[in-house]
Amino acid sequence: MSQHRIDLTVNGKTRSATVPARLTLVDFLRETLNLTGTHTGCEHGVCGACTVLLDGEPVRSCLLFAVQADGAQIATVEGLAPDAEGLSVLQDSFCELHALQCGFCTSGMLMAAHALLTRDPDPSEEKIREAIGGNLCRCTGYKQIVEAIALAARRLKGANEPAPERGGHGG
Amino acid sequence: MKAVDFDYRRPTSLAETCALLSEGGGDAKIIAGGQTLVPLLAMRLARPTLLIDINRVAELQGVTESGEAVEIRACTRQARALADPMVRAKLPLLAKALSFVGHEQTRNRGTIGGSLANADPAAEIGLAALALDAEMSLCSAKGARSVPVGQFFVSPMETALAPEECLSTVRFPAWRETGRIGTGFQETSIRRSDFALAAAAVHLVLDKSGLCARIAVSLGGAGAKPVRLTAVERALSGGRLDDREITDATALAHDGIEAMSDIHASAAHRRRIAGVLVARAIAEARDQAVAGRI
Repeated sequence: MSQHRIDLTVNGKTRSATVPARLTLVDFLRETLNLTGTHTGCEHGVCGACTVLLDGEPVRSCLLFAVQADGAQIATVEGLAPDAEGLSVLQDSFCELHALQCGFCTSGMLMAAHALLTRDPDPSEEKIREAIGGNLCRCTGYKQIVEAIALAARRLKGANEPAPERGGHGG
Repeated sequence: MKAVDFDYRRPTSLAETCALLSEGGGDAKIIAGGQTLVPLLAMRLARPTLLIDINRVAELQGVTESGEAVEIRACTRQARALADPMVRAKLPLLAKALSFVGHEQTRNRGTIGGSLANADPAAEIGLAALALDAEMSLCSAKGARSVPVGQFFVSPMETALAPEECLSTVRFPAWRETGRIGTGFQETSIRRSDFALAAAAVHLVLDKSGLCARIAVSLGGAGAKPVRLTAVERALSGGRLDDREITDATALAHDGIEAMSDIHASAAHRRRIAGVLVARAIAEARDQAVAGRI
């Protein structure tokens, strides 16, 4: 079995480990580092649940072996919130607009949306839909997710907007 | 599922890559972006004993102009190529095709050469390369050879690459015909950005009097490999490309289209949409050339 020493930065922290070549990055994050916020869905690059940022760009962490990330900067959903108690503006918008139900796709959606808003602070609805086009959600129908990302964009620009009133569906 | 165990090497030069390939015999496999290979490994449809990671081979990355051609090194990421000003200016058809390839997350890792070397018959990059008469440079420890893209694709997931060869560069020769260029790319897929049930790529040049000086039409996704529709090209060369001409020329191709049936679509359905997509792609390219947007 081929074992490899890797040194990488995960959410700003330097991490080192010796990993078998066949260990995927998502399994390394979840099982070696206990960062279980990144989810394993299909494990073959279809669902987007395992999306993380590799050197700032969204990628599928099930399609990358941990050894390939040697020297890279990885960002996962655990790194989005400013502190242990709070949520990021984007995460907050997801909560307020009911952009999640079972939560399985949420960390991938958040990372894809975070990458979009970092690159483009004022995305059109089309750009938002394109940015999460590689992420499957089976609960929400996507509408609330798109709305939440748009709300987060407005809030991050300093518009300080309250969440829109919603009907009484609970959720 | 998880991949079976394998050895992993990360060369930093093409020479080292070729040496590792010849050492590994048929059991070594190159990994570039991994967007096709890793699913195959996870499902254990591929079981190489050695993975050779070319992501840190600097000479396999980048887009350059070389004489009358644009060269894209095999390990150039699809996202980089899509954003590259030279690709946008000189290879507008490839740029158009790239926007249909996968999603942002897969384009950030997936490479130009990786898509070509995996030879999925529905892949968009191979379809554009075929319309543009790309030349593939194949390297091994014994030397290099050049293969025209028309001979590169053999059957689904099979190319002219020998087990000890590495695709190093894809060369796109410039067209000599001058005039107004137009490009068209049309595809039908079950979900946006999914592999195509059928896709058509068109590159054409209109001369000063608005006649078609040259046209390339390729069709992918329908059969075992992408094909050039030479009968359509011949019928339209020198013509005005009005809608009637396009309809008549496309009808010529219909019976000759080899299409396959699978769980997604029947051969008859693929053949039918192929004809529609070809006609639309030609009209799209014509309209673009007439408007002079390139």
